Amino acid sequence: MSIRRKACIAGAYEHPTRKAPDKTVAQLHAECARGALEDAGLRLEDVDGYFCAGDAPGLGANSMADYLGLRPRHVDSTDTGGSAYLIHVSHAAQAIAMGKCNVALITLAGRPRSEGSSGVAPRLVGAGTPDVPWEAPYAPVTVNMYALAAARHMYEYGTTSEQLAWIKVAAATHAQYNPNAMLRDQVSVDDVLASPMISDPLHRLDCCVVSDGGGALVVVRPEIARSLKRPVVNILGAGEAIKGQLNGQVDLTFSGAAWSGPRAFEEAGVKPSDIDYASIYDSFTITVLMQIEDLGFCEKGKGGAFVADGNLISGVGKLPFNTDGGGLCNNHPANRGGITKVIEAVRQLRGETHAKVQVPDCNLALAQGTGGLLGSRHGSATLIMERA
Amino acid sequence: MTTMYQDRPLGLAVHDPATAPFFAATAVGAFRVKVCVSCRKPHWYPRPLCPYCLGDTEWSDVTGKGEIYSVSVTRRAGPTPYAIAYVRLDEGITMLSNIVDCNLDSLRIGQRVRVVFKPAEDGTMIPMFVPDQG
Repeated sequence: MSIRRKACIAGAYEHPTRKAPDKTVAQLHAECARGALEDAGLRLEDVDGYFCAGDAPGLGANSMADYLGLRPRHVDSTDTGGSAYLIHVSHAAQAIAMGKCNVALITLAGRPRSEGSSGVAPRLVGAGTPDVPWEAPYAPVTVNMYALAAARHMYEYGTTSEQLAWIKVAAATHAQYNPNAMLRDQVSVDDVLASPMISDPLHRLDCCVVSDGGGALVVVRPEIARSLKRPVVNILGAGEAIKGQLNGQVDLTFSGAAWSGPRAFEEAGVKPSDIDYASIYDSFTITVLMQIEDLGFCEKGKGGAFVADGNLISGVGKLPFNTDGGGLCNNHPANRGGITKVIEAVRQLRGETHAKVQVPDCNLALAQGTGGLLGSRHGSATLIMERA
Repeated sequence: MTTMYQDRPLGLAVHDPATAPFFAATAVGAFRVKVCVSCRKPHWYPRPLCPYCLGDTEWSDVTGKGEIYSVSVTRRAGPTPYAIAYVRLDEGITMLSNIVDCNLDSLRIGQRVRVVFKPAEDGTMIPMFVPDQG
């Protein structure tokens, strides 16, 4: 039993806003839902499956399904942070393959920019979270829990700040062609290194943006996809994993992508060298570097050399990535970038990105998400898609 | 660069059935971890049931010595810079902590450290580490 070619992504929509002080989070969800259904050519009443995660206001899917006027016969509010929406695509494909729904809607939205969220603020967690008593006194914040992984990677493999900076340079190169991107200026390696040190070794320009916005996806049965007017994007394979502190055998040299990636490649029946375009979660530059290694695009420890010198720039390098500008430059709605990773992969497979960043003959794309904290515990999800 | 350690408010410690025996020990300068009574493996952070086998666990004193597995000086999260680190204890488990009472810019992965205790707002003693000269 596999989800290979059992479901298709028929609708994909990224909200154009990057700052929405006058809208509620629920309204942003609804605007994203409308955008994705219009993109697919489907109506609200066609939706019979609904997926959302922790950014959705209310209890699980209850409030948002009601707010949107849905009557789903399949719901899933799996939350693994920013990677959740890739898992939703996989779970939607599973549900469709099992006959549990035909048209699954996935929505994400949030307003962290308007609400003053920051990667250097203590993370809000629910009461009773078992790790908190043992860690909160040490002031883990988002950025330092990625910085610890970066510092160890540098120690083990000789990775440099210059190499990490190339990831931001590639994202910025792409963002200048995205009119909706929050940061559209080209930057250099020197610009990254000259930006303020936030938590060693990560500079400000190693960090993603904080933006309002959202996105939505529509996953459908293949017969439905073929009846619509949009190019058909097949789901080929998916993997998911949660990596934590390994009972105290902490190993920061790899991410959960080392587990979710092989599962996705096996199901899809393809290998890393087959991938034409990759959306790689870029909460921080180090997140990209480690996932690229763990997905097998290069040897473990060689990620620094792999990403340097423009190798991630579309039309220049071997692995075009995040051609929308990614979380580093374009958008990181709700502080959860997973859905935008899938959306840009769909745009590439449809051939609908800006000509300057469109990968020619893009037939096979990968989206990779890491949600939570790379340095302590995170959910990883890998999704492989093809143009039919 | 020199960034000398400064005390930083640690907030209130979280007291629950899982932390009570641990903080009772740190109050008298003892540092202990949990070990499984069935499989005998130590783990971190301490749990009442072993994360390897779900066996019952018991407290076991440790030396409080180890080395820095990774360290980052966080410079822009509040007014006071601090060094967050993973410390690998000589007993073979690795814990999140802070390195204190030193020049934070001098800290290196692999450096030897030993445990000290710093008070949280409510007086609870929190284990942290300092560079170990001997």
